[in-house]
Amino acid sequence: MGIETALPTDIVLTTQLQRVINWARRSSIWPIPFATACCGIELMATASSRYDLARFGAEVMRFSPRQSDLLIVAGRVSVKMMPVLQRIYQQMTEPRWVLSMGACASTGGVFDTYAVVQGVDQFIPVDVYVPGCPPRPEQLIEGVMAIQRIIDEDGIPPIGPGGKRAPLGIAIDPSHAPAPQPVGVGLPKG
Amino acid sequence: MTTTPDHPTFARVKESFPDKKFRATEFRGDSTLVVEPGDLHEVMQFLKDDESCKYDFLSDVIGVDYLNYPAKMPGRFGVVYILCSYERDLRFYVKTFLDPSVPTEGIEEDPALVIDSVTDIWAGAEWTEREVFDMFGIRFKGHPDLRRILLWEDYPGHPLRKDYPVKGRGEREMYKVVDRTDA
Ligand code: SF4
Repeated sequence: MGIETALPTDIVLTTQLQRVINWARRSSIWPIPFATACCGIELMATASSRYDLARFGAEVMRFSPRQSDLLIVAGRVSVKMMPVLQRIYQQMTEPRWVLSMGACASTGGVFDTYAVVQGVDQFIPVDVYVPGCPPRPEQLIEGVMAIQRIIDEDGIPPIGPGGKRAPLGIAIDPSHAPAPQPVGVGLPKG
Repeated sequence: MTTTPDHPTFARVKESFPDKKFRATEFRGDSTLVVEPGDLHEVMQFLKDDESCKYDFLSDVIGVDYLNYPAKMPGRFGVVYILCSYERDLRFYVKTFLDPSVPTEGIEEDPALVIDSVTDIWAGAEWTEREVFDMFGIRFKGHPDLRRILLWEDYPGHPLRKDYPVKGRGEREMYKVVDRTDA
């Protein structure tokens, strides 16, 4: 006689298992970088030591869609590249998420021309948009945290009233106070 | 400030081709020789081989569309060749003008927009001429492999022509939509 006899065991066990799986998934998001332009440089900065995406378990950049969970579209996608992007998305194994990084991937940005797709979300599903040109690494990390939130909710992006995607609401209040620098910067006086 | 066309190659070309029609311009130290499209190949061969020219490097081939250009130009399309001579330490531009004979909105082959390829003189012209063909629809006679280089084979236009809409004619919207269940 233990506590498990008093609980509806199968249901509790299933939800608990799901939570363990979600915890494992959210802590080891392996991104595939689809870095076609300047945003890719910022993506590299995010993964490197100063911003250290490894703190969120997302440092293992996989260059095979079969081994990755998160497609990071960083940069403008040209009309000739879009079928490639779609093929890569189709090759990713479930579960998979897509993060559209920067103005160009999300909307085409300033490149309103015949050669640039005006937002990859027209042709592949996108879970999280990170605005900016390019987004700062902090913003990209916030985007990865938003993906983690989605995974926590069993991979379903929160749906609000009317069936529209609800805001994730993870943004923290911005502080405009300058952050303390590790080493003093500035010009010597006089 | 007026510049004088005093590039040494001008005089050399003039004395070697006394009966051909040329024009010479100079802008901020860049000297350009304008040749008739039919004379292009012969002149280019001369510029490569002549002892005092020795243009051994073709650094680029460029197309220009002068539609609605404010000044009067000798033709609608220009093709510019940028030549370098490592041996004589010279830089020289050769330009030629073409006028289309069929409407330029489409991709029909235009017999007036054809010039001789210089790939047999400088092998490096192959890709640059393909780019000019891709973007402007100017064909190069004698090119070994004249296909589009940046856009795909059946692209329905030559997008750097000025009468091509900058946002395209829907090429950027014609994909199937992949959804979450696609694998
Ligand atoms: S959003 Fe800005 S930084 Fe990013 S790819 Fe476009 S132009 Fe480059």
